[in-house]
Amino acid sequence: MKLRLLTILFFLIGVFYTNAQEPELQSSMVRGSEIYNDFCVACHMPAGEGIPFVFPPLAKSDYLKQQRTASIKGVKFGQEGELIVNGETYNNTMAPMGLDDGEIADVMNYIMNSWGNSTNEMVTIKEVEAITE
Amino acid sequence: MKNSITYLYLFVITLNFSCAQEPENKANTPNSIPFTAELFVDGLQIPWGMAFLPHGSMLITEKSGDLIHFQEGKKNHIANVPKVYVRGQGGLMDICLHPDYETNGWLYITYASEEGNEKGGHTALMRAKLKDNILYDNELLYKAGPNTTKGQHFGSRIAFDNEGYLYFSIGERGARDENPQDITRDGGKIYRLNDDGSVPEDNPFINEKGAKTAIYSYGHRNPQGLVKHPETGEIWDHEHGPRGGDEINIIEKGANYGWPLITYGINYSGTPITDKTEMEGMKQPIHYWVPSIAPSGMAFVTSDKYKDWKGSLLVGSLSFQYLERLTLDGTKVTNREKLLENMGRVRDVRQGPDGIIYVAIEGKGIYKLIPKH
Repeated sequence: MKLRLLTILFFLIGVFYTNAQEPELQSSMVRGSEIYNDFCVACHMPAGEGIPFVFPPLAKSDYLKQQRTASIKGVKFGQEGELIVNGETYNNTMAPMGLDDGEIADVMNYIMNSWGNSTNEMVTIKEVEAITE
Repeated sequence: MKNSITYLYLFVITLNFSCAQEPENKANTPNSIPFTAELFVDGLQIPWGMAFLPHGSMLITEKSGDLIHFQEGKKNHIANVPKVYVRGQGGLMDICLHPDYETNGWLYITYASEEGNEKGGHTALMRAKLKDNILYDNELLYKAGPNTTKGQHFGSRIAFDNEGYLYFSIGERGARDENPQDITRDGGKIYRLNDDGSVPEDNPFINEKGAKTAIYSYGHRNPQGLVKHPETGEIWDHEHGPRGGDEINIIEKGANYGWPLITYGINYSGTPITDKTEMEGMKQPIHYWVPSIAPSGMAFVTSDKYKDWKGSLLVGSLSFQYLERLTLDGTKVTNREKLLENMGRVRDVRQGPDGIIYVAIEGKGIYKLIPKH
């Protein structure tokens, strides 16, 4: 219980801190978390941990960090075939979710800045728009 | 003293063991497999539903919106398919032939549709006829509303019973506190219609003010398996639970299956939804899965081609990626086994008119289970 309060406190401090820095990123992440809990959570799980050998993790994912464009492309157009994440090979299908470019930018900002992930550069609608099949 | 400690130790072990038994309802890996799996249709992305046409060809829905006619080893793309709302779990979904297809030519399709004024989509049921790989005489029979941009729980399986009534499922569209328990709203229901889309006069809520009269049963979450029992003629469903609590139910007229007031599952985040697994006036499943297998597709085996398989139930698992065979003693599940492990997400399973089992696997295609003699 104490631990949980402490976690919440840290979370709030974190939120205020980031908020003060980057209100734009922050509001994109809030929208992104709604998208995540609607479209992604059933496979990638609440803390981005994925399901071992079936659905790759997003939390602390080397693929997500190193393959930014490919990751956005996967969300936009779907993902199929082999994918190596943190040394583990996944071979599965993710259907395109039918999200618009703004929703994709939001959910990318959420997953790229949650669960120990962080990025210096915010994903923008423009960036998503520019990625083609 | 020493003795009593040993007893205590044994007691604790037994306690742990007996606690571990129930939720861990594990499926076995069989010793002998009475088939070899052969890839029958390749190059499919998300083959959602299958139907067998009279002369050995097959119809396959792709979630993306493509309807495929597989004939003599070739994939033909069918034209004039309804416009599909592809979002989240929604798209082109199930397909089913009328029981008298040979005389009337009707085929039934479920899909996510934007039809209506609100933004978003909801599940629709239509029927059409097929000629030269073109759908014609298309008729929209049911369109659930209001539309929503939520990505979840379109349901969408179709089944006919022995009296010729058509049943189809619609999931609760991500609005579990609004839809499943409210019979004036669509979603979280099994529906029953006449084959022309009209509402049967003896439907359970036909006289309830404000009710959606097509509703046959309610309190469902997301049923993606719906079949007629080959002997009793009853309609059985299976449905996705949240985290844990997938269920198999026997569908009864006007019955409430309890979601989200009772469930054997919890939220994805690990927090409880309710502490109740049963309540007065709500139906219990005949089987539930913890952890969730994410069931999709459902078929009873009625052929004699696979040794002792006759009478058992096949269910696809999306999350664990295998085909599950449940041995039944009446309505009691006596054994579960895993087949086709690690081949991909099993989206649909059917027994063809040839008595052969066909399995749709995402990212691969349709597999045919060739019996071993």
